[in-house]
Amino acid sequence: MLTKRIIPCLDIKDGRTVKGVNFEQLRDAGDPIELAALYAQEGADELVFLDITATIEKRKTLSELVNKIAHRINIPFTVGGGIKTEEDVSILLQNGADKISINTAAFLDPTIINRFAKNFGSQCVVLAIDTKLEADGNWYVYLNGGRQKTDSLTTTWAKKAVDLGVGEILLTSMNHDGTKQGFALDITATLSSLLPVPIIASGGGGTAEHFYDVFTTGKADAALAASIFHYKEVAIPDLKNFLINKGLAIRI
Amino acid sequence: MKTVIIQYNAGNIQSVLYALERLGATALVTDDANEIKTADKVIFPGVGEASTAMQYLKERKLDLLIKNLEQPVLGICLGMQLMCAHSAENNTPCLGIFEEQVKQFKPLDATIKVPQIGWNTISNLKSVLFEGIPENSYAYFVHGYYAAMGAHTIATTNYVEDYSSALQKNNFYGVQFHPEKSALIGEQIIKNFLAL
Repeated sequence: MLTKRIIPCLDIKDGRTVKGVNFEQLRDAGDPIELAALYAQEGADELVFLDITATIEKRKTLSELVNKIAHRINIPFTVGGGIKTEEDVSILLQNGADKISINTAAFLDPTIINRFAKNFGSQCVVLAIDTKLEADGNWYVYLNGGRQKTDSLTTTWAKKAVDLGVGEILLTSMNHDGTKQGFALDITATLSSLLPVPIIASGGGGTAEHFYDVFTTGKADAALAASIFHYKEVAIPDLKNFLINKGLAIRI
Repeated sequence: MKTVIIQYNAGNIQSVLYALERLGATALVTDDANEIKTADKVIFPGVGEASTAMQYLKERKLDLLIKNLEQPVLGICLGMQLMCAHSAENNTPCLGIFEEQVKQFKPLDATIKVPQIGWNTISNLKSVLFEGIPENSYAYFVHGYYAAMGAHTIATTNYVEDYSSALQKNNFYGVQFHPEKSALIGEQIIKNFLAL
């Protein structure tokens, strides 16, 4: 049976792992390659690396980091941050990334989804959406690392992106990110029911129960978290055993 | 020992090379016919679309070359599908090494996502390729098409229905999952192949 996936996320800034609260207040959380290797060994199902300071000058640094990660770890990983062109994707895939994640660039020019899917396959195109629940009761798409609001509803944008060829959606709730109070179950379940591609839930995972909730009530295919793994608040083997004991299909 | 990874217009070739390097093995990534013919082991990887991949192979006459190889050959993911008779992906005639047909996942309800992405079990393991691999081990899959069950099935996985997650005929082996990304289980399978 296909299992639910546990995905540690490493935010990378200047070659180090960092983590903020509600997208701000960055703290250092260690060497990404060592962390990645540790997570792979502990039973993480995949890894995500997001370069949060991606600039043109730093593209080379990122591809070198990707290459080192690919040589070290034996599970799949996704890389995101500032990817705009086929060349960006090609370099990251050649250096050993399995998937790439796009966000703002895809929103501003949705044709890149179609082009990336055609050239590299939908299976390697992950659409990251940063979303926020507003006072009007709707979930809106935010760009540029959560700094810029748009008028697009998250459901509308996600559906369009799937029609254009994205293979997975990484959904981060800005209301929940960094709070450790649980994932955004409603919007995750809404997207998962609406769309034929896997949904990776992100933002708010603080306890093993939160993961159980997002896999059941939230209908997520995978769940991503960062700080609880980086700061060893939840150990991956313990989390997986908890979920198995609750009856979920989980790899150990 | 000389191991060759066939270079063609498919993704994830580097990942296979890195996996071999993690095991202390080396490999040559090439589309040169002579290098492929003289290798001890040939790996035919691939992530991509069937018809464009077959067209690329035909243009370089790699289709006939692969079919006629006599040393151990391991097809991975799309590589395995291309070794089958025919793929439903853009109605593509393939190499015909295995008689099995490649079909598309057609889920009965919206709770089943396509492509299948993630870890699933491999069962009814029937080949030296799986020496030391426990039944129902987890492997990493990413695919929207699958090889049907058949005479050459050496591992079975269930998604929508039972299908061939590995095939073998004589010197030809194929795995639908990605051993290069399947943690320790995948590493053991690669070691087993290199030891054939």
